Amino acid sequence: MSTDPAATGAPPSGEPLLTVEDLQVSFATEEGVVQAVEGVSFELAPGEILAVVGESGSGKSVTAMTLMGLTRSPNADFEGTAHYKGTELVHASEDQLRRVRGAEIAMIFQDPMTSLNPVQKIGRQIVEQIQEHEALPDQQARERSVELLDRVGIPRARERIDNYPFEFSGGMRQRVMIALALSCNPSVLIADEPTTALDVTIQAQILQRMRELRDETGAAIILVTHDLGVVADIADRIAVMYSGRIVEQGTLDEIFYDPQHPYTWGLLGSIARVDRPRPDRLPAIAGLPPSLANRPEGCHFRPRCPHEFGKCMEVPPLEARLDGQPAHLDRCWLTPDEKRERREVRPGEIGLEAKSQAGAS
Amino acid sequence: MGRFIIRRLFQMVFVMFAVSVLTFFIFNVIPNGDPAVRMAGKNPTETQIEAIRKEWGFDDNLIVQYVTMMKKVFTGDLVSYFTQLPVGEEIIKGLPRTLSLAIGAAILWMFVAICFGLYSAMRAGKFADRFLTIVALIGISLPVFWIGALMNYYLGYKAGLFPNGGYVELTKDPVDWAYHLILPWTALAILFIGFYSRVLRSNILDTINEDYVRTARAKGLSERQVMVRHVLRNSMIPIVTLWGLDFGAVVGGGAILTETVFDLQGVGQYAAEAVGQLDVPPVLATTLFAAFFIVLLNAIVDIVYAYLDPRIRLQ
Repeated sequence: MSTDPAATGAPPSGEPLLTVEDLQVSFATEEGVVQAVEGVSFELAPGEILAVVGESGSGKSVTAMTLMGLTRSPNADFEGTAHYKGTELVHASEDQLRRVRGAEIAMIFQDPMTSLNPVQKIGRQIVEQIQEHEALPDQQARERSVELLDRVGIPRARERIDNYPFEFSGGMRQRVMIALALSCNPSVLIADEPTTALDVTIQAQILQRMRELRDETGAAIILVTHDLGVVADIADRIAVMYSGRIVEQGTLDEIFYDPQHPYTWGLLGSIARVDRPRPDRLPAIAGLPPSLANRPEGCHFRPRCPHEFGKCMEVPPLEARLDGQPAHLDRCWLTPDEKRERREVRPGEIGLEAKSQAGAS
Repeated sequence: MGRFIIRRLFQMVFVMFAVSVLTFFIFNVIPNGDPAVRMAGKNPTETQIEAIRKEWGFDDNLIVQYVTMMKKVFTGDLVSYFTQLPVGEEIIKGLPRTLSLAIGAAILWMFVAICFGLYSAMRAGKFADRFLTIVALIGISLPVFWIGALMNYYLGYKAGLFPNGGYVELTKDPVDWAYHLILPWTALAILFIGFYSRVLRSNILDTINEDYVRTARAKGLSERQVMVRHVLRNSMIPIVTLWGLDFGAVVGGGAILTETVFDLQGVGQYAAEAVGQLDVPPVLATTLFAAFFIVLLNAIVDIVYAYLDPRIRLQ
């Protein structure tokens, strides 16, 4: 980890840039109403990197895309608010949203292979975005595109700007996507699994570059990912989502060194680590995430949790439960002492396993 | 590109050679096809027939006859057995008529199909979409000779809104030219409108869910810009391909029925009459004409396709 103050834990102070309150997103489908996001609240400070972590179907991508109005459709229903610099995004008009999209909040998508228009030169795709938000003549918009491509690490940017997406590798395409996202100097960058489709060495390069760009431009980043390993490198704060809810939220150090929710223990326990003896197989969280249309009552993680007890039939609120960590929130009824004892499956090792004394049914 | 064109030229020569051989021999083996007997008129004597045979070279070996005829094709000396009119001149006379019909109809069907397809896709699943689906299916099912004859009868003959067939040259009177062609264009376009609008609708619905369309929205583009610049442009690629191929096919014979119903006297109608009389020289020439346009449009479509979709490389 670097010595950058922003990366060492404490979120940058000041007014939040983005405040999401009790966001609910549901979709009417043929199988019934699917509640994809169930009361998500968080704040994003300027220049901060917030990682939203969770497995497929946890609602993390829907949350991120809803902030840009990209989940809008006739069968979608939204509640709650997301305030960004005086604009409420969740119920904003299309025209209001269009001014925000790309210019104020930009998005990097998961699959760089399909996220660029295959029949347009990349330069044209970047220029299109710049000219949508700024009255810049062609030549200047093109110049800026070259600079952007250069900045995200595309060699020979001046020549490459006239290439088509298929002439780039996956990693290079994701760099193009990042250049596109940065083209109007947004204050918030939403990256939805930006490295999932890339191989590991490229992942590290891309993430490194994103951190550097945050330092240079001061843009806050929401990094949506299922991979806690990715998060450890660059996040300031982490929100862990499970089945449409945030189950735990805190600084990087709080989540990694003092995790409160059993689901977080499970996630941490299933990371392959080089500083430990290699297990025969990596531990996994037993069971499957609940179907979005048919969720368990109370704590959604209850059916997969070995530490479940009677109280779990009630939904635990997301609140600070630890002295001295006011920004460390979680949704678990266990007491801090019980948590500390149960999460340590082997000395110094956090995981999600039923221990003999944890006899809750 | 240069190599591509050369290869295509060779291909064109080969296709036209094969077409000419097949056409020539088929028309020489079908029963009742002896041109000398047919040319000799009613109740000819054996000597008269024999004389015609000698004069026209019908007694030669078929291969020799083929070579002679192909020579005439290239020198432009080909003459109809029955009318004695030069075939080349007849085709040149019919060409502007056929092209007028085909180009006008192609523009009409493309334009209307884009409107219908786009509207249908944007209203997918709703009443307007279902209604247009039914209209398209009806359009696809209407045979040109039937709808053409109905239009001619009701709109032309009975209501007197349109001329009863015929053709006026574009250079003579452009308005009258278009006036005479409105019904034929419509009759010919109906089938293609139905077909193209369905294809376009499904292409748009596929494209609209592409990740790059989501990227376009995330850029802050308006829905209209997203549709035109990203969705429509990409959905049009297969349609443009079809358009070129169908245009070639229409010029090369697909308009025969329309030309005949509306008496436009184009190349197609000429070919149809020649076939009816088993008149080999015009049949051969119009078949070569058709093959030429089809192969030519195929090559053009490939070039345009590579331009529209840079992932395609000509080789």
